[in-house]
Amino acid sequence: MSPTNRTVVVTGIGATTPLGGDSASTWEGLMAGRSGVKPLDGERFADLPVRIAAVAAVDPGDVLPRPLARKLDRSAQFALIAAREAWADAGYTGKAGEAGTVRPERLGSVIASGIGGVTTLLDQYDVLKEKGVRRVSPHTVPMLMPNGPAANVGLEVNAQAGVHTPVSACASGAEAIGYAVEMIRTGRADVVVAGGTEAAIHPLPIAAFANMMAMSKSNDEPEKASRPYDTGRDGFVLGEGAGVVVLESAEHAAARGARVYCEVVGQGLSADSHHIAQPEPTGRGIAAAMQNLLDSTDLKPAEIVHLNAHATSTPQGDIAEIKALRKVLGDDLDHVAISATKSMTGHLLGGAGGIETVATVLALHHRTAPPTINVENLDEAVEADVVRDKPRPLPEGPIAAINNSFGFGGHNVVLAFRTV
Amino acid sequence: MAATKEEIVTGLAEIVNEIAGIPVEDVQLDKSFTDDLDVDSLSMVEVVVAAEERFDVKIPDDDVKNLKTVGDAAEYILKNQG
Repeated sequence: MSPTNRTVVVTGIGATTPLGGDSASTWEGLMAGRSGVKPLDGERFADLPVRIAAVAAVDPGDVLPRPLARKLDRSAQFALIAAREAWADAGYTGKAGEAGTVRPERLGSVIASGIGGVTTLLDQYDVLKEKGVRRVSPHTVPMLMPNGPAANVGLEVNAQAGVHTPVSACASGAEAIGYAVEMIRTGRADVVVAGGTEAAIHPLPIAAFANMMAMSKSNDEPEKASRPYDTGRDGFVLGEGAGVVVLESAEHAAARGARVYCEVVGQGLSADSHHIAQPEPTGRGIAAAMQNLLDSTDLKPAEIVHLNAHATSTPQGDIAEIKALRKVLGDDLDHVAISATKSMTGHLLGGAGGIETVATVLALHHRTAPPTINVENLDEAVEADVVRDKPRPLPEGPIAAINNSFGFGGHNVVLAFRTV
Repeated sequence: MAATKEEIVTGLAEIVNEIAGIPVEDVQLDKSFTDDLDVDSLSMVEVVVAAEERFDVKIPDDDVKNLKTVGDAAEYILKNQG
């Protein structure tokens, strides 16, 4: 088999999310249909039109030793915690190059976020104004740079094949995983730690997103605020955390006897070229990404039984995605169980593609689609099979699932996974 | 009132503990910040700024490179404190 079409598999998963501090507790939260959205207390949020968010269930400062945590932006802290879990889950111990592990020059790290170390940048600007130049942390630049999480994860595992950070707003995490798949497929690496992270719960990003009319203002009912596909949906709820997977060439995984969750079938990419922040209403770009996925892989629409939708709970975006799915899949959309897990986790921006890939992988692994909560009145434009309120079993036999992620700027990333 | 050398070493130990997580009892005069105490060049800037505030002393960047050990820093602060 030539290096350009090597099979890629998932051998490890890790997450820290608004539902739990690891992937197991996150999955339990998804299965229970639990909302991670909470009121934002504190004076600095008091004047904002949006005073709710899906805050991480476990604070990373309680997990990482303080000398390490103080040198990492919160987004890098989440990424490191999720990466450590995924690395151990894949059966690796210690850094690459140590006995029984991958060679460092064959290991990559690709971790993305939508807006990087934004809280570090803003907090250090406060320090500059209030305490002066001398007090600005010398760690500020490594903390705020968007490639910081990828670089810190790379240092953690000793990744020398390449450390990368694709940035495409809310598609960043998915694009990172797609980039990692290509690193393995094209022979640049045998193993890549890949995913997305985000930590942007700060008054400035919230004020900015709220002024775009993009966020839910359901401050009185936080747990019901994120309601994809419901007629009453009024925008997304900001979430924070990270989701990371260990991807590996099938040969490498087999040679070390690794447990394999599923195969990564491939990806489809496109750009809307429509508006800097508005979704293209007919779903043209999303459909193109879906079609690219089908054209570039052996994936058959008949195999697809589950979709982890992008569905952020915005009036336009949720519908554009459904239109695109119908256009490309036709009647085959009828056997796709659609889950909008952002109804529970909120929208982790660049972290979304990471945690939703973890959710998609686990859905195949457990053959169970997570529920979509808060759909009290299904929008009639959603002509598709939404899994509501309770988890749903997925069929026996070979099955495939898709994870969609789209971002401001018109980025569309579609990832596909299949049981092995 | 100026700090004694003992007080300075105690203060540096607390600062290094806060920044690098090294136990205070391990921060001794002969220890190298870089080699023994896990204080890299970026963290050294934090140590210096914290020491400046605590001991009312100015440590110019050009002098920081001469402060290899805890003893070097303690002597410098003892001589230059306000």
